[in-house]
Amino acid sequence: MTTDTTPIASIEQRLDAIQTVLHRHGMQPAEFIHTFDELAHEHWVPANGAKLVTRAWTDPVFKQLLLTDGVAAVREEGLSMPPHHRHFVVLENTDDIHNVICCTLCSCTAFTIIGLPPDWYKDLAYRSRVVREARTVLREMGLDLPAHTQIRVWDTTADTRYMVMPQRPAGTDGLSTDQLAALISKDALIGVARI
Amino acid sequence: MDGMHDLGGKQGFGPVKHRRDAAVFHADWEVRANALYSLAVKCGVFNMDEYRHAIERMTPQHYLSASYYERSLTSLATLCVEKGLVTADELAQLAGGAYPLAMPSALGRHNHANRVAFVPGDLVRVRDEHVAGHVRMPGYIRGKHGVVISQSPVYPFPDAHAHGLRAQDEPTYDVRFEANHLWPQGAEDAQVHVAVFESYLERLT
Repeated sequence: MTTDTTPIASIEQRLDAIQTVLHRHGMQPAEFIHTFDELAHEHWVPANGAKLVTRAWTDPVFKQLLLTDGVAAVREEGLSMPPHHRHFVVLENTDDIHNVICCTLCSCTAFTIIGLPPDWYKDLAYRSRVVREARTVLREMGLDLPAHTQIRVWDTTADTRYMVMPQRPAGTDGLSTDQLAALISKDALIGVARI
Repeated sequence: MDGMHDLGGKQGFGPVKHRRDAAVFHADWEVRANALYSLAVKCGVFNMDEYRHAIERMTPQHYLSASYYERSLTSLATLCVEKGLVTADELAQLAGGAYPLAMPSALGRHNHANRVAFVPGDLVRVRDEHVAGHVRMPGYIRGKHGVVISQSPVYPFPDAHAHGLRAQDEPTYDVRFEANHLWPQGAEDAQVHVAVFESYLERLT
């Protein structure tokens, strides 16, 4: 029995305790932590999104598919999304429109495609501010958009998942697919950077 | 519920602490916290709506002082207690100290009795409703009007699914709002797109 004056257990102690509970119920947590660590660091990476964008830059038929049926495009490229991500919407940036994604309620993202969300995406400042003062927030983050650019903010409040498709930079005609993909960062796929 | 988690439009948080190529995890325990709640979902202990709602049920003081992954851990622990995998006392004993959990849940609700389907171009208003249990509608769109841009496949209705209630699956709509309508004289010009469940919407007449 703990009382109001009992010191709070450390975060590691609290995690150990819950891991013990899951272990006792036969869920094999130690093994899953290992699996998850590998998925998070090796498989759910922004290179997946970069691959989709690069192909769309170079293949108009694929671009059409990516913009109209994102889940089918993901499948065609040999990538995957969890079953509850039934809808994947790709947002094309143009000279006049800039898209940026967020999750004001928590942290939802197309994590298998653009990677798990970075720390700042989950912080209170980004979540509270980007829907209300997107232009200022983007400028503070290093992206100063021209006044004529229309900003569209996409709040991930349900199970539709989003990815921003950056514009292909000028002067990249001679680059290979790998060189093109290397230009595309997680920040660009979220929409807080242009390339 | 109008919880602390519902941050869209809140003011005063200051600059985003952004770095290029920012990390997802900053310590091994954070990876473990993420893995363990994912495992519990995978094993059917609870679903993602229950997981989200248990974070929302943290007291505002706890929510704001906890890191992102402490919130994950608190939700996981709260649901393990509520689902009967362990008691709160056993958990504290195992941890060797007090184990803060989220507050109890209010009741959930079913799909809206008068929900109707929409098509792209329809003008809609977000129902002016205050919900005691889980709701996946950011407060800043409540009562506001927008235009339907597209429709998603159907999903479990979160207001029921987070509470173990049976309900009909329903689509969400991508609804476009103008920031200057959401926060009159208080926002920068932008279009804000929100994925809104059908039950939350009514036709704008």
